[in-house]
Amino acid sequence: MTALTGLRVLELANERVAFAGKLLADMGADVILIEPPGGDPARGYPPFLDDEPGDDRSLFWWHYNTSKRGVSLDLAAAEDLRRFKALVATADIILESEPTARLSALGLGYADLAALRPDLIHVAVTPFGHDDPRSDLPITDLTLMAGGGPPWSCGYDDHSLPPVRGSGNQGYHTACHFAVLSTLTAVLYRMTSGEGQFIDVSMHAAQNVTTEAATYSWLVAQKTVQRQTGRHASVNPSGETQTLCADGRYANTGVPPRFPREFASLHAWLKELGLEGQLPEAVFLEMGASWEGQFDLSLIGTDDTVTAIFAAGREALQLIARSVPAYDFFTGCQRAGLAVGVIYSPEEAFEDEHFKARGFQVDVNHPELGRSFRYPGAPYALPASPWRIYRRAPQLGEHNEEVFGELK
Amino acid sequence: MNQGALSGFRICDFTGQLAGAGATKWLASFGAEVIRIEDPVRQGRWDILRGMEPFVDERRGVDMGGGFNNHNTDKYGITLNLRTERGKEILTELVRVSDAVTENFAAGVLEKWGFGYEQLKAIKPDIVYVSNCGFGHQGPYSSFKTWGPIVQAVSGLTFTSALPDQPPAGWGYSYMDHTGGYYMAMAIMLALIHRQRTGEGQWVDLACTEAALTLNGPALLDWSVNGRPTRQPVQPSSNRSRWPPMAPHGIYPCAGDDEWVAIACRSEDDWQTLAAIIAEPWCGDDRFATLADRIAHEDALDAEIGDWTARWQKFELQEQLEEARVPCAAVQRPQERIDQDSATQNFGLWPTVTHAKMGEVRVDGQPVHFSKTDWQMERGGPCLGEHTEDVLTRLLGMTPEDVARLHEEGVL
Repeated sequence: MTALTGLRVLELANERVAFAGKLLADMGADVILIEPPGGDPARGYPPFLDDEPGDDRSLFWWHYNTSKRGVSLDLAAAEDLRRFKALVATADIILESEPTARLSALGLGYADLAALRPDLIHVAVTPFGHDDPRSDLPITDLTLMAGGGPPWSCGYDDHSLPPVRGSGNQGYHTACHFAVLSTLTAVLYRMTSGEGQFIDVSMHAAQNVTTEAATYSWLVAQKTVQRQTGRHASVNPSGETQTLCADGRYANTGVPPRFPREFASLHAWLKELGLEGQLPEAVFLEMGASWEGQFDLSLIGTDDTVTAIFAAGREALQLIARSVPAYDFFTGCQRAGLAVGVIYSPEEAFEDEHFKARGFQVDVNHPELGRSFRYPGAPYALPASPWRIYRRAPQLGEHNEEVFGELK
Repeated sequence: MNQGALSGFRICDFTGQLAGAGATKWLASFGAEVIRIEDPVRQGRWDILRGMEPFVDERRGVDMGGGFNNHNTDKYGITLNLRTERGKEILTELVRVSDAVTENFAAGVLEKWGFGYEQLKAIKPDIVYVSNCGFGHQGPYSSFKTWGPIVQAVSGLTFTSALPDQPPAGWGYSYMDHTGGYYMAMAIMLALIHRQRTGEGQWVDLACTEAALTLNGPALLDWSVNGRPTRQPVQPSSNRSRWPPMAPHGIYPCAGDDEWVAIACRSEDDWQTLAAIIAEPWCGDDRFATLADRIAHEDALDAEIGDWTARWQKFELQEQLEEARVPCAAVQRPQERIDQDSATQNFGLWPTVTHAKMGEVRVDGQPVHFSKTDWQMERGGPCLGEHTEDVLTRLLGMTPEDVARLHEEGVL
């Protein structure tokens, strides 16, 4: 058995919470995805298998709905409402992102549901919180993130360019992470107390507390961070950390060398590449390598020697980066003890030997197509309680008979 | 300690920075007893946030870091010198009375001190051990070092945040330190649920890069199923939307210095509503007639919309489009979303905690509310060794004299 085996989740289909349902389903929960008879709109989102739109061909749908069973119900129809209530009586968790008054209007507010299942955990994910009237305004991932903080910190040194929203529906993901954290917390509480409860997740609040120093620089010191190209937004401008490598890909140079052994490795690598002659400051690398004890970082900018050593370290990194492909720069720096990263595209990361070796690519069978496809794998490895994709995303109403057949 | 959903769970916590400390902050805010164990020799400076800005005033030092306070609310802090035999014995006794051991050191550090999973399990057979490091404890890169931006770079997240003809923008903060912490907290609770149900503990090897790689799922499937890479000759703008396709969809300038607004038209209806508000001749251009047309001419469309939005104050435009029910949000500055935003204020998102030296400080709350066992935040992050005597006397039956002696002997 896995951690969530036997826990039944009713998920009212909505792209805002689909990822939360997937996270629970891939850990073994019995997630029943409930769609309206016409199907959830996300079934029509590209990209599509072979670029051909059609039923059950949306890769967006495939990704977000693994391991779930699917039923169709029209909650406004009496017979389906009766079925839904019967399902609630068998459920442990309800996960939804409905308009704030819709469920109560159907007689399915938390109090109604708890009457059917007293220890029910009801997780409601809304844009601004369940009691905020603005929660019924339309939002998208873009507007959610813009109002919630991340784009203010994200973009370029040139502030005539707009702030940037990172792609991939990360705003929804962040809200889903909190929906899952809340669910697991409430499950642990229910295991000791036998009690369920109502949980109000604000998507806007979730973004707000996921912005690192942008928030606490204001909370603590009333200072405002400013966005910078490829690095942390900061109250005071910081040095560049992103560099173009010889193959046209970028790398993040991370934290420059700080320890004598790091200066030594960098110097040795420079020599090995035959680049020492191109760096007049190489002598400072040698000084850094033979430095006694630790550097006093507070002397950078005031002490000439320390300043020159650290500048030479950054120069050497830049020079090497320009001379080798990004991957070689990444692995070479890491072997020298420096926290550097190649800026991979998602598919390059997916094909990287490290993730393959850890088993990140998993095959998922689509029996009706007679094919299997490689999916992204586990976010965490629980050996005694393994993450797993139990089945491909459900077709519309695929499990109606099976699920409703189990009901009295 | 508050009586919360997780009261009764005790965490022996070696985490720090944000990727680890953020995880146990969640647990502490729901009442778990989180005991931070720090190195007295290095004054806990492994967690660099201890001494880093922002600061509440001119005071500096390991107890004054604003970020540390933010990420370590309601935790207990003790010092323990694991270079000493007695230090190791005390840790052994603490593990014996704990439910979980958590850390986000580089791979292998805890094992080097003699507290790898096998040893932890020998001390307490059902212990939950969750390690969180950039590349995980297994695999070719397990010895590689990371911090948030490196995790984001290697997992594809930096690449997919950019404007056309520009280098990657990245995230501007450690999105994956936050999110790695969320996955770590999930892993801890999943393992605790498993243990409650089976009596069995386990070691969860969390790799932040792997958690990050799951966050671009549709793009990965487009690659593995259709063979289409995200890396293209012309990189798309991440402010636009292809999955689902929407246009207009972007961040546009407003009146003032560095003021911006986000607008998204989900449907033909949204576009028609917006066009009626703009009410300029170009709105009727054939170039913008259908979604496919607007996507084909998105640069021109965005330029026209940007000319129009630049005449507006961002919050006035937001209000106007909210009334019309077209998705729209001002790009909010920290001050605006913290001090002037009714949605965060009414939600109680910025609680004030009391720190032993800083006094009252506002911190990030949790973006959720539980009807029965809601989170609470009262105490600030622990000063170095603030709870050493409290924890060792309360949990291990030592006397204050024992603790004083151990301090003198360099064990604490």
